[in-house]
This record gives sequence, structure tokens and C-alpha cells, in this order.
Amino acid sequence: MEPINQLTSTAVPLPIEDVDTDQIIPARFLKAVTKHGFGDNLFRDWRYDNTDQPIPDFVLNNDTYHGSVLVAGKNFGCGSSREHAAWALADYGFKVVISSFFADIFKGNAMNNGIVPITVSDAQLDEIFKSIEADPETQFDLDLNQQTLKVNGLVINFDIDAYKKDCLIKGHDDIDYLISLKSEIESFEANQVIY
Amino acid sequence: MNNPKTLFDKIWDAHVVREVPGDRQVLYIDRHFIHEVTSPQAFAGLKERGLPIFRKEKIVATADHNIPTINQHLPITEPLSRKQVDTLTDNCSEFDIPLFGMGHDKQGIVHVIGPEQGITKPGMTIVCGDSHTSTHGAFGSIAFGIGTSQVEQVMASQSLILDRPKTMRITIDGNLSAGVSAKDIILYIISKLTTSGGTGYFVEYAGEAIRALSMEARMTICNMSIEMGARGGMIAPDDTTYTYVNGREHAPKGDQWDAALAYWKTLYTDDGAKFDAEYNYDAADISPMITYGTNPGMGIAINGVVPQLKDHKALDYMGLNEGEYLVGKEVQHVFIGSCTNARIEDLRQVADFVKGKHRAANIKVMVVPGSKAVEAQAKEEGLDQVFLSAGFELRSPGCSACLGMNADKIPAGEYCVSTSNRNFEGRQGPGARTLLASPLTAAATAIYGKIVDVRHYLS
Ligand code: SF4
Repeated sequence: MEPINQLTSTAVPLPIEDVDTDQIIPARFLKAVTKHGFGDNLFRDWRYDNTDQPIPDFVLNNDTYHGSVLVAGKNFGCGSSREHAAWALADYGFKVVISSFFADIFKGNAMNNGIVPITVSDAQLDEIFKSIEADPETQFDLDLNQQTLKVNGLVINFDIDAYKKDCLIKGHDDIDYLISLKSEIESFEANQVIY
Repeated sequence: MNNPKTLFDKIWDAHVVREVPGDRQVLYIDRHFIHEVTSPQAFAGLKERGLPIFRKEKIVATADHNIPTINQHLPITEPLSRKQVDTLTDNCSEFDIPLFGMGHDKQGIVHVIGPEQGITKPGMTIVCGDSHTSTHGAFGSIAFGIGTSQVEQVMASQSLILDRPKTMRITIDGNLSAGVSAKDIILYIISKLTTSGGTGYFVEYAGEAIRALSMEARMTICNMSIEMGARGGMIAPDDTTYTYVNGREHAPKGDQWDAALAYWKTLYTDDGAKFDAEYNYDAADISPMITYGTNPGMGIAINGVVPQLKDHKALDYMGLNEGEYLVGKEVQHVFIGSCTNARIEDLRQVADFVKGKHRAANIKVMVVPGSKAVEAQAKEEGLDQVFLSAGFELRSPGCSACLGMNADKIPAGEYCVSTSNRNFEGRQGPGARTLLASPLTAAATAIYGKIVDVRHYLS
């Protein structure tokens, strides 16, 4: 996992609520056995029509908007546990996703793939969408260690789990830590009665 | 009682290996189910790191998402699906993990086979790289879906680093009316709480109406907990649970059974235990439900009208209008299947309704059992003959049109009344329009060729 701490970028707006993981990456594209290449099918059915031609209205097909930050409507990532959704976002090049609410499993999957999910208030989200609309080149400044996001004079202090923040900054995943606990896990098992 | 605890807290606390700085806990996992879609990258990750599987005897594998539901004796023709299923087979033989693959007489949808073989039991922690793992909570266990990175972590350590969810109790008292089932209860709850109302919570379902449900109906309820964003759902074990588990292949036997039962009987929420959120509903207020939109929270009573929405995107996709009645609407497909409603009781209920009737000419009906065992049982009871004479197609087990990873898809623009759990855009195939409902509503729709209020057609 690539470490992430500070980042400056423009953002791509997706002002749609309840974006589910079937939209982020439709099931028929889940057949790969590696983590790579999912970016091509990110938001597939909103991005391409049924003859595989780009749909000009969709934001990823609009050159005005670019960058490694995705700003999405409330309840982003609901639905399936497929980590392919996080892989697709990461593979496409997104490193930060901003919304006023994230679905649980998606949020965990994002952080396990070096993507920072930032939860802002509904009012802040509104303001962010307005800033991008007024100027697509609006810069987003993330400082993960300080837990701040600066957008157009707006300074947002966001919450993030201390353990996961540390993992993101160091590029560590949970597995290293869990393996180090092997003997502790074994003694837990020795005391456990299971049926 | 000094320190009253919720059912959730009792089980969670019994599985904490240690605290992690930053408010997290290492939780021990008793059972790990895997399937072909969310496991290949986990196996690959383990191999890359040169790690062994820590407790292979705690893993159970099945192939379900990709497999065709006809001609299962033949190799899968779609190359990517075949590769994914073959990869699972290879990984399971390399790591010596029991696999209920295509053709195996215990194969089926992961959330159907665990309970039916007695692998799922009260008091356990259970995970799977699949959000509907919440199904297993019906037995009074903590069961939840995880991502593939976590699948790899459980393979490597039989543990996960987790933040402790908040607790919610949803109590349904009173009695259900005729024609109303578990599926209607859960669609009703989600329509009240929305698809994000349960986010961050683990839900316990309680109350008279829940107690009265069979084990299979309880699974239907817990299955869809994820559709309100909850981490999982659970129901305290009781006589219904013990009777269901007793005698199954992996159930404890003899003295072990007695000891297990004594422990399971301690698994309930103590009087006075506090939940972070509580909701109460009356079963008598629940009608047969149906969804009109593109998420499972967009549900209404079957005789209601499509409500006013601030955003028309969902209705445009569905080709429906505000104020429109769904009753009377013609549909083209009925899908009876998925880990929500493809167990033997669901099939019996459908067969019971359609016996001596025939599907309407405009409707194609797929009945896809949840497992080989369900399929065999259905045949033993002669349900296959009932379906055949009704013009329903009984297929072989798999996820099928629940998510359209195999050939079972609903064509763009056509309507499908489906007993599955998700009506997201494109879920049943690009452009497919899904209306979620109970098996009974689905059966009645198939017979009358249009959406009907099944309460008017009960004998
Ligand atoms: S039946 Fe549908 S919801 Fe259930 S596991 Fe299969 S794809 Fe997932």
C-alpha cells in the first residue's frame, strides 16, 4: 500500500446520493483474479452507453474536471462488500473521496487500499460542490497528519480513526500487525470453548 | 443485574483478543466462508507474502456467484467465469480447504449452505467477503461481510482489527396478517430507516413477531440488514434455533450438544441493557411490500402509490411516475431465488400458491434454489412437478439473476419482480428494472401477469 499524507489536487464532482458499489463497479466486471485494471470500468454504466461509447454528460468524460479527489453525495459506497470498488477508484487514480456519509464496509475497504475517505458536514459538502462548479480548478489541500482539508478558504478538520490514520501515513496494512500477534491469538484459542 | 449486556456485547466481548491503540480491537473469527469472487486476490496476497493459512479448518468454500444454473454438469463456457471458479478450485486444493464446488452435492449460495449444514451456530463470529453474511446472524451469531484485504487477514491470522459498532434494537411486536412474510417485515423496516439508517450499527431484531418466525424467515430478515447500512443483524437463539441446528451434519453431538445448549441459553440481551438506538414497530401495520426505485429503501405497501421524490433519477431509470399505483402494472419477469428467499420454505410457499395454476403468457419465471440440498428436497416433495405444470422454470442453484454475473440477466428496460435483496441500477443486468418483493408476491405476479396484492388471492 502506498503511503499518503499530504496531497494537493483539483477534484471531480459527483453530486449523486446513495452511490452504490454496483454503480462504482458493476458485478459483471468482478471476474478478474488480480487487483489491477478495474479503473477502466469504474462507474461503467454511467460512463459508457451500451455500445461502449462514452456518455458525454458523465463527469469522468468531461475534461473540465480532473484530479485525484472525488467529491460524492451522501451515503457513498453502500451495497456490496466488494473491495473491487476501492480497487477501481484507486486504479483510476483517486486517492481521496469526500462525502457527507460513507457506507461502513466501503470506508474500511478504501482505507485498506490507501484511499482517504473524508467525511464532511452536509453544509460543507454543499459548499465544496459550489466551489468546484464556480471554478473547476479549485485546489484541495489535504494534510492527513493534521486531519485538515483546505478548499477555497474553507478549512475542514475531519475525524479519522487514529489507528487507520497511522496505517495510511505509513502505508502499512493490518496484516503485518495481526501476524505479529500470532502467539497471543494462539493463547486466546487455547482458552476458547467452541461448539 | 449489575452490568446488563446486550446479546451483541456478550458475543463480541467473548472474542476480543486484545485492544489496539486508537480505539480498535482485535476480534477472533470462528468461521470464515469464502467464494470465488472475493477470494482470488486474498490468496494471491498470501502467496506474495509467503504466508501460510493460519487455520484452514475454519474455512469453508463454495462456488456460487458465477456458475451457470443450467447444465451444471458441463464446463462453464464463459471464460472469465470459468477462470474465477477454476482459481478457487486450485487455491482450495493448494491450501487444503474444503470446497463445495460446482457439481458437489452440497454446493449452493454461501449463505444458504452454512446454516443448512449446521456450520453456522449461535455465539460464533462469522465472516465472509460478502455483505450478506449478515444472514448467519439469525442464529444469534455476530456475522458480517468483509473486504478482500480482510479475507486475507483472516486467512493469515483468524482475526481482524475492528472498531466496535454501535448497537441498535428493532422490536416488532404483534402478529403478521395473512399474506405478509419476513421479506415484507425487512422491506418495511428499510423503507422506514433508509439505506443509511443502520450505518455503524449492529442490529438485534426482537419482539413477538420475530420470535414467531421460523429459522429460514429469520435468515431473510438478517440477510437484508446490510441494505440499511448496518454491519449486521442478529436474533437471539431460542427453541426454534436449537431445533433447527440439532442433528445437522456439523452440529455438536451428545455431551457436546448439552454443553453447547447450556452456553447458547445464556445468549440473550439482559433486561436493562442499553442500546445506542431503538425502534419499535407493530407487525399489524405491515402490508406486503414492493420497491419502486433503485435502492432497497425505496419500498411501499403494495397497494400504495409511488411517492414524491426530490430527485427523479430513480424513477426515470425505473420508468415509473410519482403517484402511480404498482398494482396492475405488467411485468415481464419473475425471479425467485437468492440468499434472501431461495430456501425450501420459500419454494414450498411459492409451490403452494401456484399449484393447479399456470403462469401468465407474458411472464418468464425463473426459480433458482439456494443450494443443491434445497433442490433435492424440492424434488423429493414434488415441487419440481408443481413448477413444471405452472410453467415455471426450475434451475440449478447459484446466485443467478440476483446479480447477473452468469448468463441469467434481465434485459434492459424490462421489469422483474424479484425475491432478491438489491434493486440497484443494473443489478440484474444493464438497464434491468427490479422490483423487490416477497416470494408470495412474486408467485402471484407470475400467475396474474401483473403486480397484484396477494391478500386478495389467498384461498
Ligand atoms: S444470492 Fe445475491 S446477494 Fe446472495 S450472495 Fe449471491 S449475489 Fe450476493
